[in-house]
Amino acid sequence: MRCTGTIFQREISAYFLSPVAYVVIAVFMIFSGYFFSVMLGITQETTLRYSLAYTQFILSILAPVITMRLFAEENKTGTIEPLMTAPVTDFVVVFGKFLAAWALYNIMIAPTAFYIIFLAWVGNPDYGAIIASYIGLVLMGGLFISIGLLVSAVTKNQIVAAVIGIVALLILLVIGLASAGNEGWFYSSLRYIGTYDHWETFTKGIVDTRDVIYYVSFTALLLFVVVRIVESRRWR
Amino acid sequence: MIKVEHLAKRYAEAYAVNDISFEVKEGEILGLLGPNGAGKTTTMRILTCYMPATSGTATVAGFDVFKNSVDVRKNIGYLPENVPLYPEMRVKEYLLFRAKLKRVPYRERKSKIADAVDRCRIVDVQNQIIGTLSKGYRQRVGLADALVHDPKILILDEPTIGLDPNQIRQVRQLIKELGEKHTILLSTHILPEVEMLCGRVIIINKGKIVAMDTPANLESQLKADNHISLEVRGNGEKIKNALSCIKGVRRVTWRDKGEIANFAVESEKGTDVREEIFSSVVKNNGIIREMTLAPVTLEEVFHQITTQEQEVTA
Repeated sequence: MRCTGTIFQREISAYFLSPVAYVVIAVFMIFSGYFFSVMLGITQETTLRYSLAYTQFILSILAPVITMRLFAEENKTGTIEPLMTAPVTDFVVVFGKFLAAWALYNIMIAPTAFYIIFLAWVGNPDYGAIIASYIGLVLMGGLFISIGLLVSAVTKNQIVAAVIGIVALLILLVIGLASAGNEGWFYSSLRYIGTYDHWETFTKGIVDTRDVIYYVSFTALLLFVVVRIVESRRWR
Repeated sequence: MIKVEHLAKRYAEAYAVNDISFEVKEGEILGLLGPNGAGKTTTMRILTCYMPATSGTATVAGFDVFKNSVDVRKNIGYLPENVPLYPEMRVKEYLLFRAKLKRVPYRERKSKIADAVDRCRIVDVQNQIIGTLSKGYRQRVGLADALVHDPKILILDEPTIGLDPNQIRQVRQLIKELGEKHTILLSTHILPEVEMLCGRVIIINKGKIVAMDTPANLESQLKADNHISLEVRGNGEKIKNALSCIKGVRRVTWRDKGEIANFAVESEKGTDVREEIFSSVVKNNGIIREMTLAPVTLEEVFHQITTQEQEVTA
């Protein structure tokens, strides 16, 4: 575990030494700002609830862009070899990379705090709902990042990693949305697997343990799979 | 320090390494020599715990590569082929990152890095971004990484590949110096390198060990024979048969190039068959354009051992 911090530090500095971090943050700010202003204009409500509903689509696209390089780049350039022959376990490498990407994700959404200041200035927002929404955003980010990490670990090509990651996340989002309003075990399980319903609870201001468990356990499962994939070079 | 027993690695279709056993003693520089695709990199990847063997065992510094992989990795410095580095980092940052990963204690980090930088002569580029470095410097940064935690064993995969002659000389000099303090296993397909650096050589071909000895012994084994090369204008087939009949000749190989044929004649130790060759070629209406008594180099040993079955032998 001691080297997790070392891996984390390197990955974070790699993000900010390349254009990735700046591009991702800029793109996110443009779109989230647009949705924020438009939704504020339409609803005239001092809440983040409606603009964040759209933000989920942007996050589904940007999270795999954050994670695409993590393993794909190392696989391609061969730096995975010195990394894996250093005295660190596979889990430490995976976890360090995950934490770095998750940290960048959180840095990316941090500027939206400005919207809260703006809401407080023009009206009287429900701070409880806003805090719950941010808890939801951060947890959802962990899940998105771990899915992106998984895709990155199986390929040498960053573009492939990003595209498959985006498709996977959009499917995960859409299966929940599309089955809304339908009854039966099939649709309700789709709604459970999909991210949308779980996240919507947070935006309403409810921190439900069921949703927290959904995100945390799903993320943990995926990270476990990533560790196995990284290990798989040992038996391939 | 390194002990390999009946090691084999099988990929889906074929064996990359098939039943090899060898040992590297402390303080030794052992060269793994073989053509491309012989299994050198596979062997090294198994020893560095990058991937496991299909069967057989290997112990490095007393630890099993499969069961105690982290302990093994603490004791080795590995320079992979083509030296993959992070291009966006500065040399010093990279070495600091590697030193932390390799668990060099906080207090020693500065001095260990300074030492590695000094020994690999990269002091003047230590603040440069790795992506801007030339191949020679990248190679030396890779070496500095390999020895930053002062490991007992260095495993170097083709350390001089892709360098210009001056850089090759510098890297070899460096390896020679490192050999005084570390046990080194290095792979190469360049022969003079092995002659210069290694105390012992293993020649591997198609995943198997075909020879294992000191460079001098390997040469002298073949020096037992005299090697004469010939260039003759005339009927190659006829001359070849005539040459094979000369007393003392053990082996004739030849290559037909139309009117002109090249022969390589091996004769027994202590015999000088040059005059007989001359008269027998003349008798068969051939004209000798060139005849040289070739000194045996490791190059030939290597060539012979690794290509034997493909040649036309008499």
